[in-house]
Amino acid sequence: MNDLSALSRIMSEAVPIQPGVTRRIRGLSDKALAWLFITPTIVLLLAINIFPLVWTIYLSFTNYRANRANAPTIWLGTDWYQSILTNPDIWAAMQVTAHFVIWTVLIETVLGFCLAFLIDKKFRGHGMWTTIILLPMMLSPAVVGNFWTFLYQPQIGLFNYVVAFFTGRSASSFQMLGDVTLSPWAIVIVDAWMWTPYVMLICLAGLRSIPDYIYEAAEVDRASKWRQFWSITLPMALPFIMLAVLFRGIENFKMFDMVNLLTGGGPGSTTEVASITLKRAAFESWRTGYSSAFAVILFVTVFGLANIYVKALNRVKSR
Amino acid sequence: MSLEANSMPRRGFTERILRRGPLEAIATTIIAIGVVMLMQPFFLTLYSWSFATTLFGTVMFTIVSKVRE
Repeated sequence: MNDLSALSRIMSEAVPIQPGVTRRIRGLSDKALAWLFITPTIVLLLAINIFPLVWTIYLSFTNYRANRANAPTIWLGTDWYQSILTNPDIWAAMQVTAHFVIWTVLIETVLGFCLAFLIDKKFRGHGMWTTIILLPMMLSPAVVGNFWTFLYQPQIGLFNYVVAFFTGRSASSFQMLGDVTLSPWAIVIVDAWMWTPYVMLICLAGLRSIPDYIYEAAEVDRASKWRQFWSITLPMALPFIMLAVLFRGIENFKMFDMVNLLTGGGPGSTTEVASITLKRAAFESWRTGYSSAFAVILFVTVFGLANIYVKALNRVKSR
Repeated sequence: MSLEANSMPRRGFTERILRRGPLEAIATTIIAIGVVMLMQPFFLTLYSWSFATTLFGTVMFTIVSKVRE
């Protein structure tokens, strides 16, 4: 009875649709209605994603400069591409990027998996520790950049004092951000600090997806813990680890904000990753055509890596 | 039973290779080789050809992902 009275109340309070409106909506087919709903999204996507991409590809074949927009644009063909792909300075920037990507991904994967393995043991207070571990990845890269700039200060920075405490060196005897040898490692440390929790989360999902009966069967077969780790845990968590590696690899390949805040590419060009070189060419030298070609090269690389990422993701999904 | 197993049609080499799985694997390998060529510190020539390799792999992946399984 209550349901019936509620229903009658809803029906009496409902706003009546005007007959004209009903007729107009009824006159549209399902397909037309679907188009009506998705058209604004498609228009927005074309305006802010597809058009800039096509325009960038076009500009990469011209001598266009954004600071001289009224100057005549000359078609250069693939000249910029040839110039970039034979330039030793750009090649050096790629190697700096490679150093950054390889070391951050390696450290984050090893530490992330170890942390996930520990958290998965469900010890007392593991929930609180998980929250604490996850804190760095919740911060903005701008905040992290400024925060670590202070930590790396030779005079007042906590990092230098901790290193000095353990090594016996003077805290002000080295500069993490100003030294040619140390600055590439300084950005690796910050990125590892910030993004290891993310890798831990993905690995934890992988570890939690392993059914308990497999371990029980291994126990029955008297497999040691070491053997269980190598034969069950690692192979079954591997697709998740690969996912984390690919995701962090792609993200770090296009890393800009944190490196820009910490070192700005310096000292010299020792931390000048590809995105910093691109920013300098585009907004300091105003070589828009050249930087567009460079952006297209980076885009194709990231797009290729993203294809591999999607394939790995599908493999994980099919499990 | 053995007769039934033997009577299963054997797939040829092209049928085994020209499927989405193996072709995607080939495209993925080409992309990975292209990325390694882009970032390796040893030969400038490899760096120069990296973009073409990655582009080829990416276009191939996009095409073969539409091939039937």
